[in-house]
Amino acid sequence: MKVKIELSGGLELLFDKKKVHEIEFADKNEIPLKDLILYMRDNLLKERSELFVVDDTVRPGILVLINDADWELFGGISYNVEDKDTIIFISTLHGG
Amino acid sequence: MEIKYIKEHTLKPNEIERYGRQLITPDIGVSGQMSLCNASVLIVGAGGLGCPVALYLSSAGVGTLGLVDYDTVEISNLHRQIGHRESSKGISKAVSLAKTISELNSLVKINTYETTFTSDTAMEIIKDYDIVVDASDNVATRYLVNDACVLTGKPLVSGSALKWEGQVTVYNYNNGPCYRCIFPTPPPVETVTKCSDGGVLGPIVGVIGSLQALETIKILTNNKEGVLSGRLLIYDGMSAVFRTVRIRGRQSGCNVCGDKPTVTQLIDYTQFCRSDYSESAGKVDDRVDKTLIITVEQFHQSIQNNHNHLLIDVRPKIQFDICSLPNSNNIPIEEIDKKESIEMIEQLIKEKVENNNGDNNINNNELSVYLVCRRGNKSQDAVKILDEKLKESRDKFKLLHIKDGLLGWNESIDDSFPIY
Repeated sequence: MKVKIELSGGLELLFDKKKVHEIEFADKNEIPLKDLILYMRDNLLKERSELFVVDDTVRPGILVLINDADWELFGGISYNVEDKDTIIFISTLHGG
Repeated sequence: MEIKYIKEHTLKPNEIERYGRQLITPDIGVSGQMSLCNASVLIVGAGGLGCPVALYLSSAGVGTLGLVDYDTVEISNLHRQIGHRESSKGISKAVSLAKTISELNSLVKINTYETTFTSDTAMEIIKDYDIVVDASDNVATRYLVNDACVLTGKPLVSGSALKWEGQVTVYNYNNGPCYRCIFPTPPPVETVTKCSDGGVLGPIVGVIGSLQALETIKILTNNKEGVLSGRLLIYDGMSAVFRTVRIRGRQSGCNVCGDKPTVTQLIDYTQFCRSDYSESAGKVDDRVDKTLIITVEQFHQSIQNNHNHLLIDVRPKIQFDICSLPNSNNIPIEEIDKKESIEMIEQLIKEKVENNNGDNNINNNELSVYLVCRRGNKSQDAVKILDEKLKESRDKFKLLHIKDGLLGWNESIDDSFPIY
């Protein structure tokens, strides 16, 4: 399966300044979102993981979107990511 | 003879002339314009977002505008806060913006509040308005404005921006979600980047502020269907991409707008968010041991005495490229704990210690390693990291962070050091 990950609101700075990452899990058909987040922490994020993950989920202030809709509409952290899903992580902005 | 031309409404000929182009726009019309003229909108923040919001809402003929801002105009605001003028330097942003928009449309009534929007002032200010626009620049104010809107039942048009990006949505409208439904817990302080640290472009706040003004007009003219509630608009200016995503609806378990709210009056949001009702950092508190701190005056004295030292500037390169103290080495805080950085620092220390033994011009005393940044905040983190990482050679040098940083240098030693 292939998953597209997009980062916005400054989160891309934690991921090599790349806004889009494509990940392939050759041996899987689906993967729990929690596992994907921990995979990102352990493989894509090189440092300062507390700016992304706290208590095995995304830290407060990050909105997660599954195919352009809030993850809360799909069960949040317990969602099972499927082939060709796009998962977007957005850090909320406060400036103005 | 007197001919009656005007139909059953109260728009005067001068208003018909002024608002003509929007008056004839579909879904505005006479009733929409009357709604605008009779409406009152509170804008919290007269900065990058508040300026375009106020400019567009005043020119659209919103009857009463309230402008809240405790701050005064600085020259560094003008690249993005387009409602202020050079001549307003030093005066209240609320008053400055009021002056600009009164020149734009003298028919609009303007109330200015030259005060910080706090738990003590919010309810009294908000009560006279139909809609609130969050054009603030900090987390604590965003939670405060949200809760005040929920408690008084007013829609909230929220916008935010940083660097090349912006976000807009409408909260607490038509049974939609509030800010706390989406973000029940404030973000950790260290994850929040302010415009004064991360930078922001004028057109970005211009786009976001304009969108906030438009959503406000839609709500006031009762164009309910298209209002950006339950959706979040994300603008990435660098990629030229607008994206509107579906967000969760009102949460029955929300602490303020849910079925059994625990927040039934305003709380202390500075405590809740562990940050101030302002984005300007002001003086930074000491977080490291006193033995690791040096003042700018002491540092200045030390380099004048030709004391053997190594100066490390931990600001991002993009800031270091603007200006720096002579003989400083740039190792950004984000990279300082990396292996290469530590090796580089160890090498620099080694060179300094060796040079010291052979150079008669340098006072023969212990090497000092100074860490500096813009305000003396990140240099404290750096001093902690290096204190730990350089353990093995710690007896060879003193490690010190320069309190108040380069801003302190500008204030106390040399005001020709540029401030940005």
